[in-house]
Amino acid sequence: MTSGVDPRVGMASGAASGEVPELDMRNIAKSFANIRALSNVSFSVRRGEIHALMGENGAGKSTLMKILSGAYQADAGGEIRLRGEPVAIDGPLAGRRNGIAIIYQELSLSPNLSVAENIFLGEEKRRFGFIDRKAMEAAAKPLLERLAAPFKASERVANLSIAERQLVEIARALTGHPRILVMDEPTTSLSAREATRLFSIIRQLKSEGIAIVYISHRMAEVYELADRVSVLRDGSLIGTLDKEEITAAALVRMMVGRELSSFYTKEHRHPTEDRKLVLEVEGIGDGHFIKDCSFAVRAGEVVGLAGLVGSGRTELARLIYGADARTNGRIMVDGKECKIETPLQAIDSGVVYLTEDRKALGLFLDMTIRENISMSVLGADALPAGLLNLRAAQQRASDAIRALGIRTLNAAVSVGSLSGGNQQKVLLSRLLETKPRVLLLDEPTRGIDVGAKSQIYQIIDGLARNGAAVVVISSELPEIVGISDRVLVMRDGHIVGEIEAKPGAPITQEAIMDIATNTANVRAA
Amino acid sequence: MSERAMEGTVQELEKASLARKQRMRQILQVAGMLPILIILALYFEFSTDRFMSWMNLSIVAQQAAINIVLAAGMTFVILTGGIDLSVGSILAASAMIAIICSKIPDYGLLGVPAALLVGLIFGLLNGILISAMRLPPFIVTLGSLTAVRGVARLLGEDTTVFNPELPFAFIGNGTLFGVPWLVVIAFAVVIISWVILRRTVLGNRIYAVGGNPDAARLAGIKVWQILLFVYSMAGLLSGLGGAMSAARLFAANGLQLGQSYELDAIAAVILGGTSFTGGIGSIWGTLIGALIIAVLSNGLILLGISDIWQYIIKGLVIIGAVALDRYRLRGGGRT
Repeated sequence: MTSGVDPRVGMASGAASGEVPELDMRNIAKSFANIRALSNVSFSVRRGEIHALMGENGAGKSTLMKILSGAYQADAGGEIRLRGEPVAIDGPLAGRRNGIAIIYQELSLSPNLSVAENIFLGEEKRRFGFIDRKAMEAAAKPLLERLAAPFKASERVANLSIAERQLVEIARALTGHPRILVMDEPTTSLSAREATRLFSIIRQLKSEGIAIVYISHRMAEVYELADRVSVLRDGSLIGTLDKEEITAAALVRMMVGRELSSFYTKEHRHPTEDRKLVLEVEGIGDGHFIKDCSFAVRAGEVVGLAGLVGSGRTELARLIYGADARTNGRIMVDGKECKIETPLQAIDSGVVYLTEDRKALGLFLDMTIRENISMSVLGADALPAGLLNLRAAQQRASDAIRALGIRTLNAAVSVGSLSGGNQQKVLLSRLLETKPRVLLLDEPTRGIDVGAKSQIYQIIDGLARNGAAVVVISSELPEIVGISDRVLVMRDGHIVGEIEAKPGAPITQEAIMDIATNTANVRAA
Repeated sequence: MSERAMEGTVQELEKASLARKQRMRQILQVAGMLPILIILALYFEFSTDRFMSWMNLSIVAQQAAINIVLAAGMTFVILTGGIDLSVGSILAASAMIAIICSKIPDYGLLGVPAALLVGLIFGLLNGILISAMRLPPFIVTLGSLTAVRGVARLLGEDTTVFNPELPFAFIGNGTLFGVPWLVVIAFAVVIISWVILRRTVLGNRIYAVGGNPDAARLAGIKVWQILLFVYSMAGLLSGLGGAMSAARLFAANGLQLGQSYELDAIAAVILGGTSFTGGIGSIWGTLIGALIIAVLSNGLILLGISDIWQYIIKGLVIIGAVALDRYRLRGGGRT
């Protein structure tokens, strides 16, 4: 480790001065070329406080945190004070020396190295020039104990779950004895239970006096965890709320800049029994995990597919879409049995699937918006001799950009440069181009901001109104409850329960969780 | 109200400047290695005074022609994230067939289609092994590099085959309106490749499969078809290269012909800025890459530099040019 200022030395003076915040960022501004990313943002965190930072994608959260960590330099005029002392954070090393640690959304561990090696990556302990594995494991042990980690320091990271890997990241951050810990959407890929465990660790770090900046899109987490919330919009700080002032309505208003009268837009749909069945799934399975799943979706119905992470929701959807090999069962669309063994056959039968991992499995990041949107209909649009119909593709792209409100310069922009919400809209547009009858949407709002979320809910609602059958997989229970007419709950590769919304008796999150975790009497599907 | 109007104009201006930047980046991407090619050409011209003569440029173009054809096929393959190590061997086998068939009385011209057919068949075999049996392209084509070389030797019973009265000798030595046929063919291959890659559904899918094979499958693309096509295309163009080579030399030798041609083809593609992981690249880049290699070889010969040093310099230039390219792209890619 670099021998710089030991952050613990500063602790006494910080504690003694009482009211001086641990971190005080004043009038921070940042422009890239001629685009203003942040304007005069003032943001402070107290010792032992969890300060949530919210805002849509592109609101400036990451830029602000990158300035704090030293990855970016703020424009002249701003000031960063740590425990009252102005500091210059002119590089990542300076950030670390000043006791600032950041855990980014994308975990950055090397799966083939051990936990200890990952924790000390870049600062390996050496002995006679060789890596001293024993010393590293010994040094990692107390860190892991502090986090109550259920694995050994010698374990290979590849064998750990996502939640456990996150603990490794936290342990790595703790090696620098941080005074300020920034966590960027740490629960994105965690199940509800894992998130709860993470929260208790965050609270423990808070009780140890660490100031925590918690970036999240999820309202429920912010309620539960935060002492204060600051909201950024378009590069400006809209406001900071104390714990007592935090309400969903206030946060949404601050983030979006307008009142969202009803965030979820479904109440007017009431699919009745006489609507015809669009999707019928009978006894399908993959021979090892998914077993004997049956359900049906009517025209105009939105069915939520709930369950814990790993309960088989994605696997079931992929099976219906022909992405994985199916061993049993039948799939019928509009009453006709369909041969679906490949995604292409699914698309031809009117079934489309929105993947939960849009970057790895959905988009062509180096290709343009136009190419991404038209990818599944190239053959249908093609001119004689298989020539590309560029005009048709351009037309489709500009229509989709307008209809879904994709924020971009033009259709020739590469998709990789778009924000998460806009990427998701591009991917959704591709599915819609095939005029599907059945939409299987896997975590359609993961990692996107509130504005884009509400737009996607509106799109889903519109599709259902036009007679499509929609299945939505989501780990966010408020979302499932908010948009579904009916909820199917999965556990261990089976559909184990079904809850229907009835007038006067809405679906509750508790009812879903009871079935998903098997804590109540299970009603057979 | 007026403030909002002003904000509007500011946004318009920002939009325009972004559009300009986007265009700039596209130009830079297309231009790619062109500056290096020009610098090399100027350097050789000033240091030898003979480089820019019509005669010499024609020689350079002819020397580049076969590599351009092979590299065009290689571009298809590398765009899907694959590799074809067997193109040199396939070229040798095709050239053998071309010479052997050219000796058939009255039907000697059959040598050309025969060479194309042999190339196509070997390419198809590569493609089937890779797409249907899902074997790694490196391994499959490493195997066929060796096996097809053996076939080439077998075809001539391990001797050099000649035909001094080659009926299609014009391909290797004749001209069309003053332009050597070899160059005409190479340029035609580049144009056809461009049309396929940029103006057909197939081409778009090639980029998609290379950029993200999993997403391509989920988007309803038959990935195996695309892979089968690109390896067949690489084989077919190797066959064409074989015919060109046979026509130029009036002879073919199964052991020596086309040795390490695959490396020159790969080098041309990489110099052309095509990403080794697939999904990014262009045929124009490959053309420039192949020309850089040809100019370098020719210029070093004109300078009288020994064969051994030519190898060393060529290798270093390839590494250096690509390093420069990556550095430049990284600098321009950030906003």
